[in-house]
Amino acid sequence: MTGLALLMPLALFLGLCGLAAFFWAMKAGQFDDMDGAAMRILIDDEPD
Amino acid sequence: MTAQTTVAGAAAERTLFAVPGMRCAGCISKIERGLNPLPGILSARVNFTAKQIAVEHLPELQVPQIQEALAKLGFEAQPLRSTEQERDKSESRALLRATAVAGFAAMNVMLLSVSVWSGAAGATRDLFHLLSALIAIPTVAYSGRPFFRSAWSALRHGRTNMDVPISIGVLLVTGLSLFETLTGGAHAYFDGAVMLLFFLLCGRVLDSVMRDRARDGVTALLKQTAPGATVLLEDGRTEWRAAEALQLGMCLLVAAGERLAADGIVEEGASAVDLSLLTGESAPQHVAAGDKVLAGTLNLQGPLTVRVTAAGPDTAIADIARLMEQAGQGRSRYVRIADRAARLYAPAVHTLAASSFLLWLGMGAGWHQALLIAAAVLIITCPCALGLAVPAAQIVTAGALMRAGVLVKDGSALERLAEADRALFDKTGTLTLGRPVPNLEMVPDEARPILAALARRSHHPLSRAIALALEATPAAAIDELREIPGFGLKGRCAGQAVSLGRPAAAEGMASELCIGDEAWTIGFQDRLRPEAVATLQRLERLGLASSIASGDRAAAVAPVARELGLTAQTGMHPQDKLDAIARLAGAGHKVLMVGDGLNDGPALAAGHVSMAPASASDVGQNAADAVFLGDSLAPVATAVAAARRTMRVVRQNFAIAIGYNAVAVPLALLGKVTPLVAAIAMSGSSIIVVANALRLRSAAR
Repeated sequence: MTGLALLMPLALFLGLCGLAAFFWAMKAGQFDDMDGAAMRILIDDEPD
Repeated sequence: MTAQTTVAGAAAERTLFAVPGMRCAGCISKIERGLNPLPGILSARVNFTAKQIAVEHLPELQVPQIQEALAKLGFEAQPLRSTEQERDKSESRALLRATAVAGFAAMNVMLLSVSVWSGAAGATRDLFHLLSALIAIPTVAYSGRPFFRSAWSALRHGRTNMDVPISIGVLLVTGLSLFETLTGGAHAYFDGAVMLLFFLLCGRVLDSVMRDRARDGVTALLKQTAPGATVLLEDGRTEWRAAEALQLGMCLLVAAGERLAADGIVEEGASAVDLSLLTGESAPQHVAAGDKVLAGTLNLQGPLTVRVTAAGPDTAIADIARLMEQAGQGRSRYVRIADRAARLYAPAVHTLAASSFLLWLGMGAGWHQALLIAAAVLIITCPCALGLAVPAAQIVTAGALMRAGVLVKDGSALERLAEADRALFDKTGTLTLGRPVPNLEMVPDEARPILAALARRSHHPLSRAIALALEATPAAAIDELREIPGFGLKGRCAGQAVSLGRPAAAEGMASELCIGDEAWTIGFQDRLRPEAVATLQRLERLGLASSIASGDRAAAVAPVARELGLTAQTGMHPQDKLDAIARLAGAGHKVLMVGDGLNDGPALAAGHVSMAPASASDVGQNAADAVFLGDSLAPVATAVAAARRTMRVVRQNFAIAIGYNAVAVPLALLGKVTPLVAAIAMSGSSIIVVANALRLRSAAR
């Protein structure tokens, strides 16, 4: 029972963290431009 | 179109541009690096998926200047009005949030439920049930809202839809489980209720993602009707104003290459205007002082000063838009297949649940047990797989069609496309390419670089056609180049006078290239789209008889009709096309309308389903249910075939969902459905339905 008392809140807390992270990502526009993000990796930042 | 935000103390404006020409990572960096250092631009960020650029700029920097900067970088950009799109986005975001919450709750409640099923008993079980309740009840309240709202509005209007049994089922099950939890009962169905919401929300999200994605694509292609114009103020200053702010009697300065934002009368200047947005006709029309010009037309040659005679809702273009709106009302009465299924399904489910409740009560069970069984019946019959059956199939097909070059705007378009049994085609721009293709055989190789150089400098459609045909030819260096309104371009190349312009005497569409004393006349022709004949034959095999409905003269339509072997109606006004569709619909046909021009707009809106090529006018693309890319006509037949395959899979999915009900419902009626059985049955049938839908990935081949 003591194990449960520790593990249950822990599981819920981690789940909530995931949910909060997803909400943040959506709000911050992380999913706005999926194709562009894949392309940007190819851009050299150094001016040539 | 522009929104006010405050950046670093100064008021900044945000403008969205559509840039359809972006293709690679190079384009992204070229645009962002090219724009960001410009004075007045605070930030420029490319959204590659939507093919848009969001530019934050100081109000002093006006929209045409940014457009010019982009043109210098080699990209054609059009400012966008995007309020409507933003609202749709927020709707699908709200759904996504609800799905995320439901997913989180489903996972955690399932974790607790598994512990209960694997033998937790006594105080531990009660604790787990209580925890489940604490997670599930807020989730149902939050994630269930889309269903409750839709069910409530249906009930209020005396109708029923799929959301009614869902809402009743979820609420009843949650309420009963709460009662069970508080009284220390053995079975709580929180996991079932939350999982049901999660699966159903997945279906809704798929549906709305599909709508957004296609709309993004279409928006990127749209060459928006002028969102504004440069206004000549009374004190001689000029200022850029949005189209909504234009008023009667204002003076507009329209540079060559700009679209008119309002109807008006030319006060100064002479030019040719391109009416293709309004009529689909590509031959330019000459205008001079005193002539009437219409909003949406493109000024091709010289600068014009135009006195506004009608703006905003009074323009000719807005009139056609109203005609379209009325024509589109018939289509909004179309009932989607899921709702048609629900009309039969919902009453059946309700009757079944109610009669099982009464039956068990009559056979001497307590009201608590009877209610529990009725709830089990509701949750088992709840159309979990049914809710996924349609959107899953449709989004897979829409994805496959998108790769094949067809953007389908929403799921109902696919359903209506599958039902079409008659096709009407516009001629110019639909069966034909709608753009003049130059005949360059006579022009010798050594003259081509000069021709290419001249053609690339002009906005005239004939010059553009030449430039397109000579894309691979290197351009010669031309000095003293100038554009002469009403004629064309003149310049000097290697000491010789060169010109490209209107020939003195020629019939039909033609240009004349002069180098020194030599001259060549370049003829133009509008060609049939590639694969037009094969497409019409394929449509015929699919059971769609085709014919032509054109606004053009009979003499112009006849050769096309002969070549394609179709019957044609000619000289039709927008209203005539509407009547033709109404006649066919009256005879029991479901008409697929394929057209491109603004004059086709009302017909596109009135047809049972409609398609437009990506080269179509804005109005055509907005009114159509699907837009196909590229020159070939083949995607029309591909889309019809894919839509029919989708409907077959949707019906299979319905059969699977109903078959599962046929097995599970007797168990529920007998009171044998424990939460474990419900959970397995529900996820099992959903997975089968989604897997079946995935077979459609190759639907567009």
